[in-house]
Amino acid sequence: MLTRFFLMGLDRKAGLVLTVLALLAVLVPVMTLIVPEGSPWHVSIFTVSLLGKYLCFALLALALDLVWGYVGILSLGHAAFFALGGYAMGMYLMRQIGPRGVYGNPILPDFMVFLNWKELPWYWLGFDHFWFAAIMVLVVPGALAFAFGWFAFRSRVTGVYLSIITQALTFALLLAFFRNDMGFGGNNGLTDFKEILGYDIQAPGTRVGLFLATIAALALSYMIASGIIASKLGKVLVAVRDTESRVRFLGYNTESYKLFAWTLSACMAGVAGALYVPQVGIINPSEFAPASSIEAVIWVAVGGRGTLAGAILGAVLVNFGKSYFTGALPEFWLFALGGLFVLVTLFLPKGLLGLWAQLTARLPNAKGPNAKGKNAPNGNTADQKGM
Amino acid sequence: MSAEDTLLYLDGVSVSFDGFRALNNLSLTMMPGEMRAIIGPNGAGKTTMMDVITGKTRPDHGTILFEGETDLTKLREASIANLGIGRKFQRPTVFEPHSVWDNLELALKAPRSPLKTLTYAISREDRARIEDILDITRLSPKRDRLAGSLSHGEKQWLEIGMLLAQDPKLLLVDEPVAGMTDAETEQTARLLCDIAGKHSVIVVEHDMSFVRALGVKVTVLAEGSVLAEGSLDSVSANQQVIDVYLGR
Repeated sequence: MLTRFFLMGLDRKAGLVLTVLALLAVLVPVMTLIVPEGSPWHVSIFTVSLLGKYLCFALLALALDLVWGYVGILSLGHAAFFALGGYAMGMYLMRQIGPRGVYGNPILPDFMVFLNWKELPWYWLGFDHFWFAAIMVLVVPGALAFAFGWFAFRSRVTGVYLSIITQALTFALLLAFFRNDMGFGGNNGLTDFKEILGYDIQAPGTRVGLFLATIAALALSYMIASGIIASKLGKVLVAVRDTESRVRFLGYNTESYKLFAWTLSACMAGVAGALYVPQVGIINPSEFAPASSIEAVIWVAVGGRGTLAGAILGAVLVNFGKSYFTGALPEFWLFALGGLFVLVTLFLPKGLLGLWAQLTARLPNAKGPNAKGKNAPNGNTADQKGM
Repeated sequence: MSAEDTLLYLDGVSVSFDGFRALNNLSLTMMPGEMRAIIGPNGAGKTTMMDVITGKTRPDHGTILFEGETDLTKLREASIANLGIGRKFQRPTVFEPHSVWDNLELALKAPRSPLKTLTYAISREDRARIEDILDITRLSPKRDRLAGSLSHGEKQWLEIGMLLAQDPKLLLVDEPVAGMTDAETEQTARLLCDIAGKHSVIVVEHDMSFVRALGVKVTVLAEGSVLAEGSLDSVSANQQVIDVYLGR
């Protein structure tokens, strides 16, 4: 049954995405670890972690596209789930430091010693085990999303109002995590990690390993998402996006459908955050900033909402642009980002992938409207309602 | 009349919106297998009546029983739909980004939970059932077209087809021929009459020639309650009906 589920989502687009990811998974390690440093084909460890970071963002964008593109829930707080997953991983990495911290306390992380805490708070228990942290990476964002969605969807909060509460959610978490007595390192967050699963976190081998783990997580999430979209459940989700009341009168409990996609999406975002933290070496409350969530929305819009592959493309391209611009013209980046969003909204309502579909449709040998309709749900009605 | 043998039983149903009484002590009964046309001027409460039956609006007072025992005023839309009450909207409402076939597949009577739909694989019976409905609604050649690309009349038929796929005991049909050509109107009347044999149907309609073509018992609503009931000819002769509705 599981095989059938994954096969269902395997169309040409999915094949392309998975091939590109597989190529990256082979080429990047070879070019980093085997190709000698002087060669033009050599990829530095710094670049590997940078790529890994982009792919974490791509996973966040994929999660967001699942709820925004297919269910019409414009989340302006998805970075909250990302950050929670990141904190769960950060807590494990803090416990791995052991007595190597500045204060040399074998149990308490440095910031707790600094705050004169005498023992580990209860919610830090268990995070010395990787398996426990790994479960929490899914459970914490998932549980928060479930509770939030349970109340929001049952009260039939939709559209702009829902977007605003998601924004409030991430802002409330931002304020909470800034407080020192929350026990998550306050302003500074969690950093100075040493080891993951016993491997030196700075070592090239570990870095490549983390990069490969990110690719695996992204590929698996992509297959899950596209399998869902191709299933009857995915068709119900799209129907809920466009005409929710009709779906209700057909006898579907639309709240439970939204809750399913929403919770799954939050779990994916949590995984993205958990892979992000060891690759950038820090997690702090700024990840909860409303702007981070809005940036994620821009990635999806640029790539093409409701396409899955577009979300990945958008996240990678925009973040590449960000890395470039913040290096070359730092003061212009925010203007460029804002301008990009305006331009895409005005001229590319279906993003880069939509543009691609339009261009290929004009070619004489392009497939008919049916073949196209199968892969890319027509966003026309959704655009009016979802924005 | 006792509620026991009825399919649908409304007694003393009232709904107010901001002081405006949309339904005023409305009472109506439908027998199993019956087809009924509801007419009345704008604002008579026709659509509100459908809303309270399908759970979209909660009545302020009154009883609504389905099959003589299930109290519809306590249930949400999805539960009411699963009891066997289907609804067609005034404006054709189909899932535009999905193909005609997928629209019918989504409507088809089947388990409605997310887990069941995730693992759903179409069976031979389901396939045959969809083929049947495609034939009845004459949409067979357009099965792979996106519903959004259909004409207005075709969308109406698709929505009626989706109701059939749901296999409800009672169908509520709101102005099915609004905006249709004469030929389409006639075809729709035939389609509804075909359906009426196996299902109970309530049709709300303004188009008198269409109501005549249906040839069923008519209920006239005005200001939220029943003004007259009977054959089209007898209600047409009713002076009150002429005054509030037909005479205008």
